[in-house]
Amino acid sequence: MTNLLLFPILIPILTASVLLFFPKRIAAQRAVTVVGLVASIIAALFLLRTVMTDGVQAVTLGSWPAPFGISMVSDPLSVSLVLTSLLITLGVVVYSFRSIGEGREKYFYYPAILFMLTGINGSFTTGDIFNLFVFFEVLLLASYLLIVLGGEKRQLRESIKYILVNVVSSAFFVTTVAMLYSVVGSLNMADIAEKVTEIGQSGILTVIAVMLILVFGLKGAIFPLYFWLPGSYAAPPVPVLALFGALLTKVGVYAIIRTVTLLFPHDPGFTHELLMILAILTVIAGCIGALAYYDLKQIVIYNIIIAVGVILFGVAQMNMAGLEGAVFYLIHDMLIKAGLFMLIGVIIAITGTSNLREMGGLMKTYPGLAWTWLVAAFGLAGIPPLSGFFGKLLIVQGAFEADNLWGGIIILASSLIVLLSVIRIFIHAFWGEPMPVKGTSAGIYRGLLIPAVLVTALTVFYGVGTEWLRPLMWDAAEILHQPSIYIDAVLKE
Amino acid sequence: MKSSDVILQTATKVVFFLIFLFAIHIFFAGHYTPGGGFVGGLLTASAIVLLLLAFDLKTVSRALPFNYTIMIAIGLLLALGTASASILFDVPFFTHAYDYFDLPLFGETSLHSAMLFDLGVYLVVVGATMNIILTIGSDD
Repeated sequence: MTNLLLFPILIPILTASVLLFFPKRIAAQRAVTVVGLVASIIAALFLLRTVMTDGVQAVTLGSWPAPFGISMVSDPLSVSLVLTSLLITLGVVVYSFRSIGEGREKYFYYPAILFMLTGINGSFTTGDIFNLFVFFEVLLLASYLLIVLGGEKRQLRESIKYILVNVVSSAFFVTTVAMLYSVVGSLNMADIAEKVTEIGQSGILTVIAVMLILVFGLKGAIFPLYFWLPGSYAAPPVPVLALFGALLTKVGVYAIIRTVTLLFPHDPGFTHELLMILAILTVIAGCIGALAYYDLKQIVIYNIIIAVGVILFGVAQMNMAGLEGAVFYLIHDMLIKAGLFMLIGVIIAITGTSNLREMGGLMKTYPGLAWTWLVAAFGLAGIPPLSGFFGKLLIVQGAFEADNLWGGIIILASSLIVLLSVIRIFIHAFWGEPMPVKGTSAGIYRGLLIPAVLVTALTVFYGVGTEWLRPLMWDAAEILHQPSIYIDAVLKE
Repeated sequence: MKSSDVILQTATKVVFFLIFLFAIHIFFAGHYTPGGGFVGGLLTASAIVLLLLAFDLKTVSRALPFNYTIMIAIGLLLALGTASASILFDVPFFTHAYDYFDLPLFGETSLHSAMLFDLGVYLVVVGATMNIILTIGSDD
């Protein structure tokens, strides 16, 4: 099957197009969405098996020869990100049944999610930098709809900020791609990588590399470009927040990973050093934010920023341990953030507030929720054998191997702050005197908790099954470490 | 709002068809020369907007009773479906097929599967543009 790697992109957009025919029939919308997502997951699993047995898959659209047509490439990193995104989306869609409300469901909520998923999977799969821009726009347009859908006052205010930031960064992105094209004369990422190696990474190319890092950093929320994120992400309802928090920033992170490992790996003294400094500052800024707030949403949102810093710090080491750790941690973070956001959604549904000071004593009435939260919190902080442990271990090992002692120590210290920030939620919300709560019906509680527990269980398996996942992650990191494998797979056909 | 601009309305009745025919011309020209589904779609939408300016929203929606959201969906399915035909033949996605046919009236004509894809684009562009304009226009 030549086109197998396109299925996880095609099935969501096809499903979304079908959904446009009957926007008001909610039951049908839900059923078709779930069927489409399950079909995509099956396709992604097949793709994963093919990539593991036959190596990197590549197809150049329209039967054009490789550097001229648009190449789509599926390597272990991109296929595992695609699969993770699909699983998370399925969880969030099931979670939405009981929480998003009929009003939104009737106004293209599910098509918007699927269009966004198309953009996300496309960004993970494409091997052409202009096509990457196009898929970015696809996911951004869908996310504009999701952030404003419902039209609450706060949503309208924050969506203006969100759209402005993204329009500006998209403009910079196109400008940078134009500059890159005028220097290198190609848009195919594998071809660019080969040509940059040939002509040497001169000053102008390093400038372009830094511009790309900044453009993707604005979407991926690195220091000091994360200013828009805490406000904008807190505005939409929790299921949308879970999708944004788990998936959108990670697309930016993925693009940075490709930029510094595939396109511009030749001047690590400048680009990677810069990335490392920014990553450490991101971690520190995220830690300050995570401790500063008494708002459930804000605490977890600042944890996204910490995680982005940790992943990019691992990438900046540019050795096998650091890269493998970054890949491990990237996927762990997508899963665990989805789980955490879904769980705080349950807490908010029960208490009717996201302010920690106004809740307490939920342990007695909702023990299942409490223990799931504790497991997710330990997983986030990286207590072995849960999912955050191994990735962070490898990242720190990579830092020590690359003689970045202080960076490694800061990453380790940040784990403690992460643990403190989420345990604080546990202490305030679940321990102490029970506060009068709004309460919720048992049906809604179960409908919200079950998908959240399933996603959390997935992170536990991810942590316990580390040994089993190791070969996949090793392959992913090896391609990042030796881009020639990727380049050959695209250009040799 | 009831408009009574006789000159504009009379002219529009003719000009609408001129613009629409030109849009179709541009649409078919698109394969080898500048044009295509996107421009054709925009031209068609501009013709409908001219109708909206000359007459009012109700008259136009009675004359052209389309659900533009459904139009987008049909367009998307048509474009995707055409491109997906390549999956059946196991060639890279978007690979297009063409051949020469002897058609009555036209003589020897080359027919391309890419035209169907462009028709999908055309429908999406008309649908999206009209959706935007109607949403803004029906606000007051």
